[in-house]
Amino acid sequence: MSACYLDAGRTLRSWLLSRDHKRIAILYLAAVTAFFFIGGAAAVLFRLELLTPEADLVSAEAYNRLFTLHGVIMVFFFLIPSIPAVLGNFLLPLMLGCEDLAFPRLNLLSWYVFMAGGALTLGAAVAGGVDTGWTFYTPYSTAYANGYVTLMAAGIFVAGFSSILTGLNFVVTTHRMRAPGLTWGRLPLFVWSLYATSVIVLLGTPVLTIALALIGVERVLGVPIFDPRLGGDPVLFQHLFWFYSHPAVYIMILPAMGVVSEIVSTFARRPVFGYRFVAGSSLAIAALGFLVWGHHMFVSGQSEFAGLVFSLLSFLVAVPSGVKVFNWTATLWRGRIRLDTPMLYALGFIGLFTVGGLTGLFLAALGVDVHVHDTYFVIAHFHYIMVGGAVMAYLGGIHFWWPKISGRSYPDGFGRWAAVLIFAGFNLTFFPQFLLGYLGMPRRYHAYPPEYQVLNVLSTAGASILGVGYLLPLLYLPWSLRRPRDAGENPWGATGLEWRTASPPPVENFDAPPAVIWEAYDYDAL
Amino acid sequence: MWVFLATEVLFFGALLTAFSAYRWAHARAFALAAGRMRLRLGALNTGVLLTSSLSMAAAVHLAREGRARAAARALLATGLMGGAFLAVKGVEYAGHVRDGLWPGPAFAGAGPERLFFAFYFCLTGLHALHVIVGLAAVGAAGASCLRRADGSEPGALVENVGLYWHFVDVVWIWLFPLLYLLRSAR
Repeated sequence: MSACYLDAGRTLRSWLLSRDHKRIAILYLAAVTAFFFIGGAAAVLFRLELLTPEADLVSAEAYNRLFTLHGVIMVFFFLIPSIPAVLGNFLLPLMLGCEDLAFPRLNLLSWYVFMAGGALTLGAAVAGGVDTGWTFYTPYSTAYANGYVTLMAAGIFVAGFSSILTGLNFVVTTHRMRAPGLTWGRLPLFVWSLYATSVIVLLGTPVLTIALALIGVERVLGVPIFDPRLGGDPVLFQHLFWFYSHPAVYIMILPAMGVVSEIVSTFARRPVFGYRFVAGSSLAIAALGFLVWGHHMFVSGQSEFAGLVFSLLSFLVAVPSGVKVFNWTATLWRGRIRLDTPMLYALGFIGLFTVGGLTGLFLAALGVDVHVHDTYFVIAHFHYIMVGGAVMAYLGGIHFWWPKISGRSYPDGFGRWAAVLIFAGFNLTFFPQFLLGYLGMPRRYHAYPPEYQVLNVLSTAGASILGVGYLLPLLYLPWSLRRPRDAGENPWGATGLEWRTASPPPVENFDAPPAVIWEAYDYDAL
Repeated sequence: MWVFLATEVLFFGALLTAFSAYRWAHARAFALAAGRMRLRLGALNTGVLLTSSLSMAAAVHLAREGRARAAARALLATGLMGGAFLAVKGVEYAGHVRDGLWPGPAFAGAGPERLFFAFYFCLTGLHALHVIVGLAAVGAAGASCLRRADGSEPGALVENVGLYWHFVDVVWIWLFPLLYLLRSAR
């Protein structure tokens, strides 16, 4: 029995220079948690501003910079790295039954690159911020830029390389390092979703990198790229940007779907219904995701035929997404369901993702989109997917694997209360925004006509409940570290390979290399 | 390595797509601008880079056969040709700047032509950056060949550097016709 990874060295150096995927995952955990609360603080400020119709707390300019900071931090420094770089990093080698990722040094490098990108972005924010929104549309970001656009774009540019390194590592590891007997058809669905995510990262991120580099070229060297006075086309930037950034929403949601598959199966004690379809739907979403970017640009002046095709393709994404929701529901059928904390998050995910997905269909329809484009309807839609979906699944995953990561159990009562608070606070925050958007309140304004005030007050009240819900795990999870390490190998009775080693796992992950002779989610083999 | 190259394809692919969109929109101006390129230097560089791919292929072959010292020599030839490519490119850039073709505010020509040269410098600059990285990689592969001159396994390094070098070459094969040869507006 070798030492567990937490005891393999207690100096700061032993963490910062570790090549152990489990320790690097903890480094990422610390980093994305910090970014989450920075991005959240910006949201608190602008939700307070929106409490009243007049501009009283912040100026229009400051408001623009706040929502840009919120978007940039949450998208590029929380949602994209959260599940893959924290949970994926920790779990992928454990689930595959190997000692580490294929390239441990690249893995450590990716964390430093990520932190460098984060430092540049925060530096730009402290220096005065950016008012373009997280999308950096030209010419806001070029001819009319009045903030630290270049610095912030450089931060995202650098952080992109970090996700490319992680994606590369995951793809190679999944292909080359599976334990004997662990065929593709026996992989946990979380691995399938990480694989699909990594493919998107590898094929999408370079395009964003180039788009941001072109903005940098235009800003720094004075070389025109998107300047219409010389025949350039600002809409070209939108095409390049969304070619990455639409697939990027699947980078954020696919790993979340993988987490939910694991949790739903474990707490219903049934194999995931239609394993092959759930795995295949991840790949289908990854592939279709590259063909729908134009639905962000229905009112940008692209040709109406392009709009028609993009609209149709966007509807198609609903098919694999629907397959997943129906299959999770079918997994619950006749299951022996236990409502522990992770399961509450997973059930919350299914409901909120369904609402977010169905309103996505409204937006994919050309005519409806023209009406609600750039209103709070869009804001509510993607927060149902990103916060109601991705963040719920991330928290569910953290609670599910916390005993494995730390060796400790947390107080389940607090956990359930936090999950319920987050669910209630979330709905109170964002459901009124659907109504606001449908009534015509545009996004990105710091002031609004008085008739919208009631719904805005409800939304801000919900946000404060949501904030308390998020603070609770930040208190009780670290507190649980004072408890003895008595979680046991497999506290939930789950089937993955990661549950067949000590909690927390030894440095080499397994005392003897495992071999797999059972199918995925085979609860009878336990 | 193949996975990494897929990422690289998308890097250049995005730029090339953007270029093609503008080329479509401003066909006449872009054809005129291509006429202001130095075709001879470009052709010379195409020859140099293609030949360097030949010596790289030889290096990979020799390394597979375990002839590490010969492989190192082939890598040296590759590196020298890569250096020559960069030198010619430098001469070419200097010429463009002299002709007032740097696409800054002092550009000598019409707006869309300035766009052409903006993309010319972005595309060839990114490519040159890849050649520089490639030179470092070729150097590292050569050094590892010399260390293994006793005939032990040369490893996957030479193979991977070879793939990368050929990729950089292939990119140039796209750039050369797009930037130098497309001189008619049709």
